[in-house]
Amino acid sequence: MAMDPSKQKFRARRRDVLRAAAAVTGLAGFPGLVLGQSNPKTVKIGMIQPMTGMFAYNGQQAMAGAKLAADEINARGGIKSLGGAKIELVIGDAQSKPEAAVAEVDKLSEQGIACFLGGYASGIALTATQASARNKVPFMVDGPVSDQVTSRGLYGVFRFSPGFKRITDVALDNLDAINKTAASPAKTVMLVHEDGAFGSGLAKFLAAELPKRGFQVLDMIAHPTPTRDFTNIGLRLRSAKPDLIVPSSYLNEYTLLARSIHQHKVPMKGIYSVIGGGASNMKFIREYNAAAQYIMDTNHWVDPKKAKTREFVAALEKASIDLTYEVMLNYSGVLLIADAAERAKSAERDPITQALAASTFEGHVMPYGPTKFVDGQNQGAQPITTQVQKMAVEVIQPSQFASAKPVFPIPAA
Amino acid sequence: MYGVLHIINFAHGSILMLALYAGFFLFTLGGVDPYLAILILAPAFFAGGYLLQRYVIAPISFGKDTNVLLVTLGLAIIFDNLALYLWTSNTRTIDVKYAQVFVDVGVTAVALPKLVALGAAVLIGVLFWLLMTRTDAGKAIRAVSKERQGARIVGISVEHIFALSFGLGSAVVAIAACLLLPTFYVTPQVGNAFVLIAFTTVVLGGMGSFIGALLGGLFLGVVEAYSGLLLGESLGQIGIFLIFIVVLLFRPTGLFGQRA
Amino acid sequence: MKKIFLIICIFFLVLPLFITSRFWLGFWTTTLFFALLGQSWNILGGYGGQVSFGHAVFFGTGAYVSAVLQVRFGLDAWTSAAIAVAAGALVGAFIGALSFRYGLRGSYFALVTLAFAEVFRVLVNAWDFTGSGFGMLVPMKPGAASLQFADRTWFYYAILLLVVLAYAITWRVERSRFGAYLLAIRENEDAARALGINAFRIKLAAITLSGAMAAVAGVFYIQYYLFVDSHVGYGPAMSVNALLAPLIGGAGTVLGPLIGAIALGSLAELTSALLGKQPGVNLLAYGVLLLVILRFLPNGLMGLLKRAPRGSS
Repeated sequence: MAMDPSKQKFRARRRDVLRAAAAVTGLAGFPGLVLGQSNPKTVKIGMIQPMTGMFAYNGQQAMAGAKLAADEINARGGIKSLGGAKIELVIGDAQSKPEAAVAEVDKLSEQGIACFLGGYASGIALTATQASARNKVPFMVDGPVSDQVTSRGLYGVFRFSPGFKRITDVALDNLDAINKTAASPAKTVMLVHEDGAFGSGLAKFLAAELPKRGFQVLDMIAHPTPTRDFTNIGLRLRSAKPDLIVPSSYLNEYTLLARSIHQHKVPMKGIYSVIGGGASNMKFIREYNAAAQYIMDTNHWVDPKKAKTREFVAALEKASIDLTYEVMLNYSGVLLIADAAERAKSAERDPITQALAASTFEGHVMPYGPTKFVDGQNQGAQPITTQVQKMAVEVIQPSQFASAKPVFPIPAA
Repeated sequence: MYGVLHIINFAHGSILMLALYAGFFLFTLGGVDPYLAILILAPAFFAGGYLLQRYVIAPISFGKDTNVLLVTLGLAIIFDNLALYLWTSNTRTIDVKYAQVFVDVGVTAVALPKLVALGAAVLIGVLFWLLMTRTDAGKAIRAVSKERQGARIVGISVEHIFALSFGLGSAVVAIAACLLLPTFYVTPQVGNAFVLIAFTTVVLGGMGSFIGALLGGLFLGVVEAYSGLLLGESLGQIGIFLIFIVVLLFRPTGLFGQRA
Repeated sequence: MKKIFLIICIFFLVLPLFITSRFWLGFWTTTLFFALLGQSWNILGGYGGQVSFGHAVFFGTGAYVSAVLQVRFGLDAWTSAAIAVAAGALVGAFIGALSFRYGLRGSYFALVTLAFAEVFRVLVNAWDFTGSGFGMLVPMKPGAASLQFADRTWFYYAILLLVVLAYAITWRVERSRFGAYLLAIRENEDAARALGINAFRIKLAAITLSGAMAAVAGVFYIQYYLFVDSHVGYGPAMSVNALLAPLIGGAGTVLGPLIGAIALGSLAELTSALLGKQPGVNLLAYGVLLLVILRFLPNGLMGLLKRAPRGSS
């Protein structure tokens, strides 16, 4: 097709202009290359959390905690060793599904994420960390308890919080201590757990270990998440009359269960939950105080002795954010990652991974002491035991963190 | 809804969720007791359901059954995420004094709200039976469910009847929400637990039979409790579904339904 | 038709050469995965007119059987895969035999498939052997021998191969006598029976094939993600995914599920990219756009290309 000569000239001129423009912009960029790498403006943390779907509440809480930490760091000048680079949180909605989590990890890995934080559920964490390891991006897991998360030898997988075994060991130690202090009134136990990864796993461990400590496990009751009605379970508990009820459930089911136990006036010496979803939830304590009274829980909880914790709790109250463990762990997680970036003097993945592996960070709010990662697992991580007394959540065990004495057995109604 | 329209309504749980939120806000912002809220929400959801069916679901689905299903699925996604965006995931509960009251019924004690719900369900069942058999609208609904084209020929507006049925169904959902609110909680995900059981109840009770749905609900409640007892809550869930399969295979019109 | 098929094959064959992003490779891999799953649904629901709400029951069986065989019995990945596909076919035949023997049709059939999916879900969640609440995690052993590939591009080509095979089979079915019988049953089962077609046998064959194909998708899933639990494998989410692609793309057409999968995947990415900041808003937009597509393209996207509306309501 013959071209109109005037059009041809126009095209030629346009081509020249474009070439010139390219040359100019190339030159403009050149000084940057000549002078060497300048500091990155931000250190991006990829938040792989379930923002929609079944676990949306937990994702929401996790983001709240992370944001609080990010704002705090940025307010005091960002990462100093990188010239004041700000922490930027990039959300990757896992939609409570493993496939979505993997896609988000791949997507965000290509957007310059320095480190991932999150997972929430073991299924999501397991698949997401496989993807992050492939992309060679470090991943700080924030709560999933499956021991397999850190035992697969994958690149850059860290867990700041405790895994199953540690949680159950501590839970049992603490229970033992509390029971012995009260002259061992509790002998029989009934376990109530949600039937997903975390509930089943905990219950199995507990069922195996409790007899070794002299307790008799009467029964293990599994329930799905969600469960609409706990009347059945309440009645079963009432007829079995265990000394101790040990629940492991998510927030909503835990609340319904506690109410059911209270309503059916189940006679027992105490409720001792392990990772009980609602046991330390202020809303539950406020709204159903009678049902919540004296419930003990071994769970992720803040170190009440640290000054930083007091500031943290105050900040949450001011922002009307519930004090749940996702908030605590993600707040601490962001601070931990920022510290690693600070020490590594870099926003690159390898240096941050190495910095995390060597980390001895104490600026978090958890009762873990300075961090020490072996094969990705933070050695000092541990849960502590709390109890609802009147309108407050007190720490009752171990004594170094305790803010009150345990009330056990429960005073007769 | 199902008996007349043959819709498998994926948005059923979402409508329940919206009704629960409505009841919650009426209580916390307006101080309206959930049982009284029925008087406000039932008509409101009737109107909403009517409009939804007439002007959203019907036009978009062109009457094709599979498309209706997709439309209700789309609506469920919209409602669930709208709720998430507007009200966040925080669990909301209300505290009414009578929620803690227990009534002694001889062998055991039952929570008052649950007794009220039972009474209300029976009452609604009776009301609907009266509606279907004694009123013109009711007769029209039954006509449409049995013979769509014939009904049209005698001058019944099928679109109007469909919308009416959907509206009635939504109103009942709203009432259910008000009955549920005292003992339950509200989150954007709360509807999910109820959707499957709602389908099961209808099919079990029999298409087109309200008494059937009522009895079906009772029967399922018993099945759920027994299988929970025998197999544990977790495994016990299959009790409902196994019964469902058995009924579908051997008595597809349900225990009380008319021939399909 | 053959020409279009060839063009599409070539497009997908060379696509990876133009993609440098791991994310986009993953996007196309999962899109092809949904195209496969959707096609399995399409055979039973689109061509056969037997709409299923519980297709996860076949998918989950493929994933779980493969996982259990590898983890609990130490069987190699290839043998496990073969057995898993057979298991999917078996489950298909079982559900089909029961449902069709008792004359379940339309919504009743749809609901019974959902019920079966739920039964399986509760069972694998309660049983320690299938991992109970934890699900099954297949150990990472990169290498063709264990059907795991360190280079994700191999997974892409694997799913592409599976899709090509599945679509070729579907195309042959469409053109065969079996396919004609299936369509006749869809349009009017009673009339088909009157004409002497053994509806039970035809439908049974369709659901068996459908089950096998969905199980193949399940096997791919477990090899790709190395993880499955009761919600992922047998939950309503995967059942919904199975029917969305073919219904949006055009049920009863060979390319419908593929077009649907591409459309839905792109829609999801688009809404996520534009509105991803606030949780839920992008899904909200996705729902709205879904309704818009349904409003203007009731016969699916293939309807656009075919012009003439397919079938009757």
